[in-house]
Amino acid sequence: MPESPTPLFDEHLPGGGLWSAVIRRHQVLRLTDIEGGANVSLMAWNAAAPLDRLNLPDTLKAQYTARLTRGHVLMGDMGRVLLSITSDTAGWHDPLGGHSDAGEVLQKYGERSYQEARNDWHRNAHDNFLVEMGKHGLGPRDLVANVNFFSRLDADDDGRLSFHSGNSKAGDSVDLRAEMDVLVVLTTCQHPLDPNPAYAPKPVTLTTLSGPPPAADDFCRLFRGENQRAFTLTERYLA
Amino acid sequence: MSTLIYTESRLDPARAVYDKVVGAGDGWMHTIKAGQSFRIVDMEGNQAADTLFYDADDFANRYSAQDTIRRQGAIYLTTGTPLYSTGGDVLLNITADTCGRHDTLGGACATESNQVRYALDKRWMHACRDTFMLQLLKWGRDATKADITHNINFFMNVPVTPDGGLSFADGVSAGGRYVEMRAERDVVALISNCPQLNNPCNAYNPTPIRLLIWD
Repeated sequence: MPESPTPLFDEHLPGGGLWSAVIRRHQVLRLTDIEGGANVSLMAWNAAAPLDRLNLPDTLKAQYTARLTRGHVLMGDMGRVLLSITSDTAGWHDPLGGHSDAGEVLQKYGERSYQEARNDWHRNAHDNFLVEMGKHGLGPRDLVANVNFFSRLDADDDGRLSFHSGNSKAGDSVDLRAEMDVLVVLTTCQHPLDPNPAYAPKPVTLTTLSGPPPAADDFCRLFRGENQRAFTLTERYLA
Repeated sequence: MSTLIYTESRLDPARAVYDKVVGAGDGWMHTIKAGQSFRIVDMEGNQAADTLFYDADDFANRYSAQDTIRRQGAIYLTTGTPLYSTGGDVLLNITADTCGRHDTLGGACATESNQVRYALDKRWMHACRDTFMLQLLKWGRDATKADITHNINFFMNVPVTPDGGLSFADGVSAGGRYVEMRAERDVVALISNCPQLNNPCNAYNPTPIRLLIWD
């Protein structure tokens, strides 16, 4: 049996929240959907050189997929692996839908200011991303396409997208193993295509774990030839 | 079954204010003024035109594939699709399309992604993101690699399957088909006429595109 990662600490992030951290190489960030129906929008950069950043087109075309689950890796735009999805109980995470901005949140949910509602105010994912990115010296030019963990969109033959309700259940979790030091920025706003007319973003638990390096027969490494080559390029870069 | 809708333009190429042929593997960066119409012609068929757009006044406000997909609730681009920026603005609207479907999921080829996709020894081959890099650096204005983002592949067909697969299907384009769009503000267009030889996106035979602009 492969060695299991060891939990170091937990953090609770309410719905609508924002968070960032550098996940050290071979550490695991575990996202847990506490109530079911959570959405975690996530972007990532090589912490040492943020021009090397999450690239979803490279990620999706290399793995011939428009959904993400265990075995897939999130690739940067320099041919390297940033994060590997080493465990997943939800089975489908959305790389297509992006995230909402202030205008869309206002249009969909109406206005609720901080003045009026304190920390129950309406937050939007775009501003949350910019705030957390700014803390690490990043700005609007560093924005990339994001993943929406725990959410699923279905596409019909004409490419029309529909939100798949009930994709993630209470207790579902996904493990992201860093393959280099990775800056992760995430926010727990609702999925932009979630048809629920109420502003009701869900909380998650964020667990940081220490873990072993990926073995020679690691599931994500061997998932496809493309993944093996991306691991080789990552290991050469860090050699 | 999927439906492709074809819309012709009434604009006459003889009256265009700009008309240029760009060979395969070459780049092109040009300002398109608000109100101008911009046409890309797939001259010989099945050629991918990898394209980025920037707000001419603010390069941080640039074409966003996810914003464009989300706001229309659909993956493919065609007539009627507004091309949105990261700042939530419509940069251009697609006004005519005789191809019927364009991709914005597949991204642009890079020397590094070619290593991942095909073989570690493919790094030397010409790739779209090298063309983007050179055009941006020559354009100036402090442009950097951070300005190379998630692009449009005009004339490319990348269907998503019901079980979430991504396939690179035969092109739906053919010689002479075109897509046309109207600029809603001053924009800068950046195109790499894709040199890819490792997959069928250009039918293994990259060919020229023609670019026209009307006032």
